[in-house]
Amino acid sequence: MGKKISFSCPMPEFDFDTITLAHGSGGLLTNKLLDQGVFSLFSNEYLDRQHDGAVFYNEGKLAFSTDSFVVSPIFFPGGNIGDLSMNGTMNDLAMCGAVPKFISLGLIIEEGLSVRELWKILESIKGISDAFDVQVVTGDTKVVERGKGDKIFINTSGIGVVKKQANIGIERIKEGDRILVSGNIATHGMTIMSVRKGLEFQTALESDTQYIGDTALELIDNFGSDIKFLRDPTRGGLATVLNEIAGKLELSIEIEEALLPILHESKSACELLGLDPIYVANEGLFVAVVSPEISGEALDFLKQNEKCEGAAFIGSVTSAYPKKVVVKSAIGGRRIASMLPGEQLPRIC
Amino acid sequence: MKYLDEYRDAGIVKEYLEKIHKLVNRPWSVMEICGGQTHSLVKNGIVDLLPEDVTMVHGPGCPVCVTSAELIDKAVQIALDEDSILCSFGDMLRVPGSSKSLQKAKAEGGDVRIVYSPLDAVNLALDQQDKNVVFFAVGFETTAPVNALSVLQAKKLGLENYLLLVSHVLVPPAMEALLEDEETRIDGFLAAGHVCTVMGTSEYIPVAEKYRIPIVVTGFEPVDLLKGLFSCIQQLEKGTYKLENQYKRVVKAQGNRKARQLIEEVFEISDRSWRGIGVLPNSGYSLREAYKQFNADARFELKSKGGSAGNKCIAGEILKGLKKPVDCPEFRGSCNPENPLGAPMVSSEGACAAYYNYRNV
Repeated sequence: MGKKISFSCPMPEFDFDTITLAHGSGGLLTNKLLDQGVFSLFSNEYLDRQHDGAVFYNEGKLAFSTDSFVVSPIFFPGGNIGDLSMNGTMNDLAMCGAVPKFISLGLIIEEGLSVRELWKILESIKGISDAFDVQVVTGDTKVVERGKGDKIFINTSGIGVVKKQANIGIERIKEGDRILVSGNIATHGMTIMSVRKGLEFQTALESDTQYIGDTALELIDNFGSDIKFLRDPTRGGLATVLNEIAGKLELSIEIEEALLPILHESKSACELLGLDPIYVANEGLFVAVVSPEISGEALDFLKQNEKCEGAAFIGSVTSAYPKKVVVKSAIGGRRIASMLPGEQLPRIC
Repeated sequence: MKYLDEYRDAGIVKEYLEKIHKLVNRPWSVMEICGGQTHSLVKNGIVDLLPEDVTMVHGPGCPVCVTSAELIDKAVQIALDEDSILCSFGDMLRVPGSSKSLQKAKAEGGDVRIVYSPLDAVNLALDQQDKNVVFFAVGFETTAPVNALSVLQAKKLGLENYLLLVSHVLVPPAMEALLEDEETRIDGFLAAGHVCTVMGTSEYIPVAEKYRIPIVVTGFEPVDLLKGLFSCIQQLEKGTYKLENQYKRVVKAQGNRKARQLIEEVFEISDRSWRGIGVLPNSGYSLREAYKQFNADARFELKSKGGSAGNKCIAGEILKGLKKPVDCPEFRGSCNPENPLGAPMVSSEGACAAYYNYRNV
């Protein structure tokens, strides 16, 4: 996993230490929070205008994506909801072959959140924004009554500029194409499980939340249209993304259990809780479907990147079981990995 | 992973598969009791690697699957009660009752919490003394000790708001019921390793002798399952009918004495209704008189509308091993994990869900 981005900026001296309904009312307190806090922290030429929206010029093809973040707890080993909200949307843009440029930031805060916690979250967002030159250009803040939220929900939407060499499209996938993953699976999901209320267990796991899109875009720079499809397997995990791909094609995806990269800690935690790691959420990870001719080189390229510890070839696109994802078990049997009907529910025994 | 990888070793699996292939001279039907074993057999693709003459019959050992619709109805009623919180293990949530599941009750505003241990429910009862906190005590002998412990803990803390909705079932009476059933054809059993970890192995000896049937206590990993199956078929081919323990690294003949004492203290044996099978005498646990204050059945006026959920569900025949999930006309049609007609499609331990999720390659 790559280095964690850290950014700190002294918190302004607010004359309040928790967020109340009044901070979302549009009145004086809202202004204080925004002027002294959000606007000064994220200051840029678009945001500074404080208009109803950001206006900018652009040439070329654009990608546009949105995602909402409701993780609980909001702070977890390896990151917080702010990191997720930036990395998530930026990764989504990169999966379209686009370089992320502009972000909108919507905060829905539950009354009672401490200003200190809010500031930490904003600092994380700012850190990522600076590190990857992505600007927060518009946003919104609302406060809901206690009990009507879960500390803070964040929505981010992003706009990115699509790379000229990018030719990402599910319809381009053909029999024989190879499936690569950029790192260990299930790390984020199992980290969150380890700190979830009522389930706390001790582990050295840290979330791998990170902007991995730059690596994906470098793959496109190097291998152009041989990179046929990219996807970050967040909620629902690897199996869900592979099912989405197989479901749209008359082809199957066959993966080998023994090839799946996973940290020992995540694997053990999955065993303990009766969860299948291929359905567990990931954050700083992507799946690439690539031409067989360049798959070895592409994998070597990923392996050289410190963000891609664990990058691996996991399987191929075949025609044997149309629309299905098939897992070859470590002992040589085969099973299908279908879509989950809902959340993975912890088992009794 | 230590203690796991060596039991998933492809080389040892191959060796035992070859041994089994060489050993088999006649067709045999062997039932694995536990849903966890079914799950492992299907997930790892073992059923397809066995000789054609060996039929694995998937047994009733999935507590979620055998919990009656009547008890789900009661749990739903508690969940929808304004002054109560219903705590449950996760996989009970989607099981259909006669009108709705706990998941639906939750969506309608019922307070349903997924917990990993009944002791979490006791802590919740301590925090929320203005609410009745009811733990849905589902499971075989395996989960009974910790459920008993939760009652003792609540008693120690003086909690009057902690209750159990007991739905415990026992393995040996179910095995006997299956053997008495004229329709079923079972030549040997792989007994459930985890249940024996608690209870020990002695109660299976009279079953093996009475019905002249080999019983092999078996674990859950591929190597465990194949070693158990090998021993069972070895006995069948020789014509012996002993109790064997192939899961010695975990199961001791006397079981776990402390766990059994906990069960003995809090629970007594009673009749229990099994989904799809009906009432089996002496096949469950209920709270003893001394602990009746913790009995949710007594505290609430619990009513079940009766009737079975999903009339088309052939859960009984599945759980008795008379039919395979694929023999059911509703399988993959109107019955699937998103909209299960019956419990075996809900739990990941259920035979139908295992087939749905892992088998149609």
